[in-house]
Amino acid sequence: MSEHNENNPEETPEVFTDEVVARLEQDAKEVISRYPKPRSALLPLLHLVQSEEGHVSKAGMQFCADQLDLTLAEVKAVATFYTMYRREPGGDYQVGVCTNTLCAVMGGDEIFSALKEHLDVANAETTGDGKVTLEHVECNAACDFAPVVMVNWEFFDNQTPATAKQLVDDLRLGRDVAPTRGPASLCTWKQASRVLAGFDDGRAGEGVQAAGPSLAGLELARRKGWSAPDPADLPIREQGEEGSK
Amino acid sequence: MTTLTPILSQNWDRPDSFTIDGYRATGGYDSLRKALAMDPDSIVDLVKQSGLRGRGGAGFPTGMKWGFLPKDNPNPRYLVVNADESEPGTCKDIPLMLANPHVLVEGVAIASYAIKSNQAFIYVRGEVVHVIRRLRQAVADAYEAGLLGKDILGSGFDLDVVVHAGAGAYICGEETALLDSLEGYRGQPRLKPPFPAVAGLYASPTVVNNVESIASVPGIVANGAEWFTSMGTEKSAGFGFFSLSGHVTNPGQYEAPLGITLRELLDMAGGIREGHQLKFWTPGGSSTPIFTEEHLDTPLDFESVGAAGSMLGTRALQIFDETTCVVRAVGRWISFYAHESCGKCTPCREGNFWMVQVLDRLERGEGTEADIDKLLQICDNLLGRSFCALGDGATSPVMSSIKHFRQEYVDHFEKGGCPFDHSRSTVWADRPTTEEGGNQ
Repeated sequence: MSEHNENNPEETPEVFTDEVVARLEQDAKEVISRYPKPRSALLPLLHLVQSEEGHVSKAGMQFCADQLDLTLAEVKAVATFYTMYRREPGGDYQVGVCTNTLCAVMGGDEIFSALKEHLDVANAETTGDGKVTLEHVECNAACDFAPVVMVNWEFFDNQTPATAKQLVDDLRLGRDVAPTRGPASLCTWKQASRVLAGFDDGRAGEGVQAAGPSLAGLELARRKGWSAPDPADLPIREQGEEGSK
Repeated sequence: MTTLTPILSQNWDRPDSFTIDGYRATGGYDSLRKALAMDPDSIVDLVKQSGLRGRGGAGFPTGMKWGFLPKDNPNPRYLVVNADESEPGTCKDIPLMLANPHVLVEGVAIASYAIKSNQAFIYVRGEVVHVIRRLRQAVADAYEAGLLGKDILGSGFDLDVVVHAGAGAYICGEETALLDSLEGYRGQPRLKPPFPAVAGLYASPTVVNNVESIASVPGIVANGAEWFTSMGTEKSAGFGFFSLSGHVTNPGQYEAPLGITLRELLDMAGGIREGHQLKFWTPGGSSTPIFTEEHLDTPLDFESVGAAGSMLGTRALQIFDETTCVVRAVGRWISFYAHESCGKCTPCREGNFWMVQVLDRLERGEGTEADIDKLLQICDNLLGRSFCALGDGATSPVMSSIKHFRQEYVDHFEKGGCPFDHSRSTVWADRPTTEEGGNQ
């Protein structure tokens, strides 16, 4: 979006530059080669173009269409169905507060309200410095860590309004921030999108294997001496209706 | 007394549990070696004998699903793992894949061999980047070790595995929507039949199984069907994760035989948070009708939960105490279903939209008695009238909450607003005020 653009300065380019196309084509070929049929690569390719621009633009969709021999309309129909594809530019850090029932009740609503006020943004809006996009998200499969906040789809478990405000302040100040269950430091939105497209960033080994509630049952079993049955010494079971299984 | 049976979570307290070395140190991939020496059909029979039923919610017998693949179809066969864990309250597959991705990879290899598939996909929801990193690393390390790829362990069996990230759509947890999504389309359910076993991915014979189902297979191969059936009940054999969340002292993952009760689980988890009482709970996610304290002793197996009027679902036990407004809870769930309805079927798309309007009105205290009947009427027009179970699931919290807590709906419009102080439900409500002071 250059000032020198003769058209509407808000309008984004229709296509990627030759340099971008040349670079992304290599990646796209690799993604497509993983699948028996090329079209299966569409979701990863949309993540890929999102990793380039931070959102899925018309140029990005056109790139996907060209790689897969689809029409722009076919790509757009898919891109607009899935909520992880941003349709407009956003911040480096997408802060998602779970407000599905369990997290909302446990304090997610209070966290979301606190962040809206603290950042002075509404749902799906970005702070003026371009750092943080705030939104409420649906259940992210970490209910035993409620209330949960996701940043660029990494877990920030057991949040409170105070910890969440500290988190967004740190993100805006460029301080190091580490997820509770994730890599040692946070990726940007574009970097995370590239992982989603299927390109490793070599960080799988970072972070804990499990934490807190994930270990609640195992730790209790260890304390109590409980374990699964020994296959060499199974309890005798009544010969009832075994055959009906 | 039922006790816990850590199996899939057995190695989670090892800091290297997610690495191939850590997994092999606890016997990992021994089952694959054993399976590759067996006849594929005999593995299908073994899984049938074990009584393993789908752990993704529906409870369909896994071995039977494998046996449905037609013998005479010349197309390639596919195994697709449903790792799109998104049902509200459900939080078992994500920690499993984070801590122990190799047990899933080993299960994928065994299951693919059993159903004679050379290409498997793990479709994982996109909103869990670190889980995707762990899965991809596990797959790469398994290739490196000769446990995936060409001629696995010298058996002549080839298998390729692709980890595929979704892009944010609850509906893709529905198996046919997942297949459309994996083919590069909008995730919208297909009309069944044909079932995926006959015409699944790329119209080829396909098995779609949940993460925990597939991860349970290596244990069955290692220890036998009788070991598996020594846990659980007659018709709900084996073990599973019971995921406790909400107003409970120690929420978390409790791996136990099916048939354990909430009373037993709450005892293990330190009970309802101090000073409070159980009000309502879901046995298996938001799509399963809610229970109350009268169901504390209902065995959590497929048959008993069904007989008591709900569904075992994913064993996602969301626990709510007396501070929780049931109208608010249900309203929020229905907002979710309305947001996530794919829009293909009119009853689900429109029914959920209108239920949100009615529930909002009721929660604000602006509803009427007729609104409660209207909700039930919409449910009647929704249940069983769409391609997939999303719309059916939405009726569960509405109908069951009106059944158990109709007066609470009435209280809202009689008092002209919500009678609950929501701040009392938060995790920090009972903490010393200094901790959160100045934040509210």
